[in-house]
Amino acid sequence: MSGPVQPPNSGRRPRVGVFKFASCDGCQLTLLDCEDDLLAIAEEIEVAHFLEASSDVGCGPYDLSLVEGSVTTAEDAERIRRIRAESRRLVTIGACATAGGVQALRNYADVTDYLQTVYARPDYIATLATSTPISAHVPVDFELRGCPIDRSQLLEVITAFLAGRKPGVPNHSVCFSCKRRGTVCVTVAHGTPCLGPVTHAGCGAICPAYGRGCYGCFGPSGTTNLPALVPLMRRDGMSDEDVRRFLHTFNVTAFAAVEEALEEEDLP
Amino acid sequence: MTESAAVSRVLRIPALTRVEGEAALHLVIKGHTVIRAQLKIYEPPRFFEAFLRGRAHTEPPDITSRICGICPVAYQLSACRAVEDACGAVVDGQLSALRRLLYCGEWIESQTLHIHLLHAPDFLGYDDVFRMSRAHVTHVQRGLRLKQAGNAVIELLGGRAIHPVNVRLGGFHRTPARSELRPLAERLRIALEDAWDTVRWVSGFDFPDGECDVDLFALAEPDTYAIESGVPTVFPAGGTRTLHSFPVHVFPDHVAEEQVPHSTALHSRLDGRRHLTGSLARFAISGHLLSPLALQAAREAGLGDPPLLPRAGAALDRGSTNPYRSILVRAVEVLYAVEEALRIIDAYEPPPRPHVDVPPRAAVGHGATEAPRGLLYHRYALDSEGRITEACLVPPTAQNQGAIEEDLRHAVQAELARGVVDESELARLCERVIRNHDPCISCSAHFLDLDIERHGSQAKAAD
Repeated sequence: MSGPVQPPNSGRRPRVGVFKFASCDGCQLTLLDCEDDLLAIAEEIEVAHFLEASSDVGCGPYDLSLVEGSVTTAEDAERIRRIRAESRRLVTIGACATAGGVQALRNYADVTDYLQTVYARPDYIATLATSTPISAHVPVDFELRGCPIDRSQLLEVITAFLAGRKPGVPNHSVCFSCKRRGTVCVTVAHGTPCLGPVTHAGCGAICPAYGRGCYGCFGPSGTTNLPALVPLMRRDGMSDEDVRRFLHTFNVTAFAAVEEALEEEDLP
Repeated sequence: MTESAAVSRVLRIPALTRVEGEAALHLVIKGHTVIRAQLKIYEPPRFFEAFLRGRAHTEPPDITSRICGICPVAYQLSACRAVEDACGAVVDGQLSALRRLLYCGEWIESQTLHIHLLHAPDFLGYDDVFRMSRAHVTHVQRGLRLKQAGNAVIELLGGRAIHPVNVRLGGFHRTPARSELRPLAERLRIALEDAWDTVRWVSGFDFPDGECDVDLFALAEPDTYAIESGVPTVFPAGGTRTLHSFPVHVFPDHVAEEQVPHSTALHSRLDGRRHLTGSLARFAISGHLLSPLALQAAREAGLGDPPLLPRAGAALDRGSTNPYRSILVRAVEVLYAVEEALRIIDAYEPPPRPHVDVPPRAAVGHGATEAPRGLLYHRYALDSEGRITEACLVPPTAQNQGAIEEDLRHAVQAELARGVVDESELARLCERVIRNHDPCISCSAHFLDLDIERHGSQAKAAD
């Protein structure tokens, strides 16, 4: 990353925008959940656009834009281009923005059928057949994973961008965090299926600490070895359908991409 | 106003907090009369009811949680109740108490967020909490502390504040030891003071007049303020009839969702009428079951005594239904939730197992709980393997939309009668009216476009 989001000593507080696309609002809320640091952050930056929190809406340009949610309408595909054009740095926050989110399950189904399931008059509804990550539409400077994102990682990303350094967000799997937390492996000790070995760290390895297997809400880690994990999940009682559902939930497009890459490797 | 052809003007104003997607308000005004007020919600559809089909019966708690990052516990527990109902599983005793404790955490954090960060700036004349904090830093810090206490409850029981991971069908993945809850109790004792101070603080706000003359709708329990369970109960408008209830299984016969062309959110009607769920409805229906302390707070806040249990045939005074004063009820509910959390922690004994089994069967199940914003209903149909064949979710805001539009019509009408025609003033008023009801269609705020259609003599009355 080159240089801070705004030159040091320019005497101007960096302007930050928070934008929402198709999502649940949880990742924006994470920012408001930084209770102890919230007012301190607000002192350091100018909140130029944060509709969830403020009625004062400033237009661009923005030094840093945080984007939550996925693109599911033609209008939103346009809107993200406008936001990108007005942003020096653009960071996506959460599984919807980085992988299309749980609503990307539509990408593997017939969206016309979905429309008819929910709406009596599908013709009133404008929607795309796919839910896509922000990076499918515009260049992204950094992607913060998670459904929802982790509070301290969000603070780290904001701090790093304001200081002009790379965020210290590790790319390893949840297993590393589990060991660090001192949690006994739920798969080894109890035969509980767990996506920890193939899932991106960042949550703090919460699920195994509560006695359940990781369900992959941070998406795939930097190095995934699905072929080694799937037989373990089968051994622990999961059917093929169960395994598929397990992988195809909150980061469906990201895990599906890993699966597709494997299939291609198997081709002669 | 001329009697010429219709004039349409679009006024773009910022930030309606807690309205999903692009919210637009379409007002049709003829002369000095509001013919129609339509709250348009352009929430990009996310199709939860569609993609839940074919998923396992164990999945709705985690999946539907993702509808709303502000009230995930509400979704998780309504989902659990509906699937457990389908499978004939009963969750009671300490497991049920722990669920109530988790829910109290969400009530504390969600209602506190609304009171301090979203609603109070309206009363004190600020654009946001950041600006408000410069002059009211003590109140804002107290709000953040209180919100943190609510989050702490969810984090301890659920693993994290947003989309907690510990909830499952039949109970929890892991239940806490008594000793784990102790630090929480210390924190909640401080929160009790903060909650009192919050009640006193909001009591001093200046409340415009307002009246919400629609049916009130909330869950009711015989001996407690309903949160995580209850029977759907109606307190009709007009105040001359008594309350009536119906089992949650016949919810679809009473609450019908319809699609309107101006919104991606489905609207619902209760027996064909507009109705309101949420704090005002809960206070009117279950207020007499609040704790003595919360009742004292309600009196000090100027809410008076909630209606007493109705005697057969007796006319009822519904108490205050001024939507502006909903912030008072929210503050009282936060106080109650803190107190209730302390009571549950005090009486807690770890249950023998963290969850009861919920084996699948082919059946339809219904479940409803009181989300901070109102009654949230789920229905699932399962096949014998436990696969979901049909899902239906009715969130509180879909139910409240009709009442909000009615409120908007009244408010704008009153302003027009006073001779106010300035569009930015009208828009500001409309935003306040909407925010009173804390709408959250899986939440967000984009722009409220106030689109005023002024008609001459050729205007058609609608609806």
